Amino acid sequence: MSFKGETKVSAVLIVAEHKEGMPSKRTLRTITFGRDASEMLKYKLNLLIIGHKVEEVAEQLIIYGANRIYLVNDPALEKYKAETWAYVTSKVAEHCNAAIICTDAGTTGRDFMPRVSARIGAGMASGVIGFDGECFKREMWAGSVVARIRLHTEIQVATVRSTLFEPATPAGNSSEIEPLHLDIPPARTRFIEFRKTESKRPDLPEANVVISGGRGLGNAENFRMLERLADLFKGAVGATRAAVDAQWVPNDLQVGQTGKFVAPEFYMACGISGAMQHVAGIKNSKIIVAINKDENAPIFRAADFGMVADLFEVVPALIAAIENTIE
Amino acid sequence: MNVPVNGKEDTVKILVTVKRVTDADSIIEIKPDGSGIDLSGIQFTINPFDEIAVEEGVRIREAHGGTLTVVSIGSENCQNEIRRALAMGADRGILITAPGELDSDTAARILVKVVEKEQPDIILMGKQAIDLDDNQVAQLLAEYLRWGQACFATRIELTGNKVVVDREVDGGIEVVEVILPCVISAELRLNKPRHIPLPAIFKANKKQIDMFSVSELDIDTAPKVIVQNLEVPAKPKLCYILETVSDLLEVLKKNGITT
Repeated sequence: MSFKGETKVSAVLIVAEHKEGMPSKRTLRTITFGRDASEMLKYKLNLLIIGHKVEEVAEQLIIYGANRIYLVNDPALEKYKAETWAYVTSKVAEHCNAAIICTDAGTTGRDFMPRVSARIGAGMASGVIGFDGECFKREMWAGSVVARIRLHTEIQVATVRSTLFEPATPAGNSSEIEPLHLDIPPARTRFIEFRKTESKRPDLPEANVVISGGRGLGNAENFRMLERLADLFKGAVGATRAAVDAQWVPNDLQVGQTGKFVAPEFYMACGISGAMQHVAGIKNSKIIVAINKDENAPIFRAADFGMVADLFEVVPALIAAIENTIE
Repeated sequence: MNVPVNGKEDTVKILVTVKRVTDADSIIEIKPDGSGIDLSGIQFTINPFDEIAVEEGVRIREAHGGTLTVVSIGSENCQNEIRRALAMGADRGILITAPGELDSDTAARILVKVVEKEQPDIILMGKQAIDLDDNQVAQLLAEYLRWGQACFATRIELTGNKVVVDREVDGGIEVVEVILPCVISAELRLNKPRHIPLPAIFKANKKQIDMFSVSELDIDTAPKVIVQNLEVPAKPKLCYILETVSDLLEVLKKNGITT
């Protein structure tokens, strides 16, 4: 990679996500990506925390080997807004001579990072699954294709499919925290409310076990069975677009290219045919088990193990068998 | 009902973007040299998320009056997708002809030029195109214009010079209010696009499509993003068929999923 201009850009800047004073697990995974990239390119690794009263988030992130943690604390930043987040990120990127700016490819990162790239004239790679020091790898066409892309700009922006990376482990000396004061311009957007999806189960992208159902479940009531099985593994319940469209489960359980990407230790697909866009969201799971009556269902081509059987027999029998071993 | 929008006495001006993409059911294969997708036998269609954006634009115009313009960028074939949007109820089309595949940033800067000319109050777009899956253009456009944005919309309510939008985000629904003009990107569940009756297709053929070449727009089309090559994802796994629930339980135990 070659650089022009007077100041040499020489840092990886990661925008950290946080909730209730805690950095998100996906941020720790993104740090792993950023740490690898910074070591490859011999760049510094910096973190950025944006919000109001977020000092404690910084305290928790000092152990992960970043050179510096920038802290932009302001009452105007209490609620996330794409405009202000993009403004702050681009200012801090400039301040620390960032060459690569990245964050998790969740709905927040996907929302504000393109604005960062527009603001600073950077090329951007979305949903990155790998970086070799020059090119980013990312999927296109619902995961049918992996593209190696090169960004022809001095500064580069990326959102990272962080579930593919292990959470960072503590490393080296503690990071230096640098509070920065910025005048936050007024936004044209106002936060009204957040309606949280109530669930006692783990978030899909973070779950170690995901039990998913598709059209074959037939109705909302039958999902209770999958919930029971998921609870035995302390896992999450997922669904296909067909099940979500039929309103058997809430929208945010949708797994796939247009829903959530998951990468659990164990993924079980019950009554799921295996449409390309669903498989795109599950194929990084360690073990995939498919249960489907139709032996020609494409899901079997994505699965490690398959049972050509009626899920209404297999799932209750499996629940009973596991409950037995627990007792 | 006509509402004054953005302090002006006229009605709402809506701009919707549509992209011509490979059909979602097409089998996507890479050319032997990895330079691109093998397009032989591939069907093209309007990007499904854009179709939802068009539907929403039609509904807003039906409720509030105003005008709905649809814009596309690409080859002359994109007229097909514009015609489809016109048949759904858009009033007129604009096609910016451009050679080859453009990156999202170039598309956004082309749209800036269209917006400067058209002066819309609301720009509706699909949240992503199902070919490149970038999910960038709406946000890029909003930043270049320094406008507010509401991405991943599942409900849109226009009130005077503001719009209230439900956004589908990780963990729930975020409700925001954005001052017009603004950019909104459509999530799958915003609406179900209407079926187009045959007479509407004939009517759409009479509607106007203005065509411009990207070379007339005075923008730098050198891409920021270059696709070096395409690769096939890791090859399909061999699926081991289990006969009984005990076999399945064995697999779970062996891999430490259960004890």
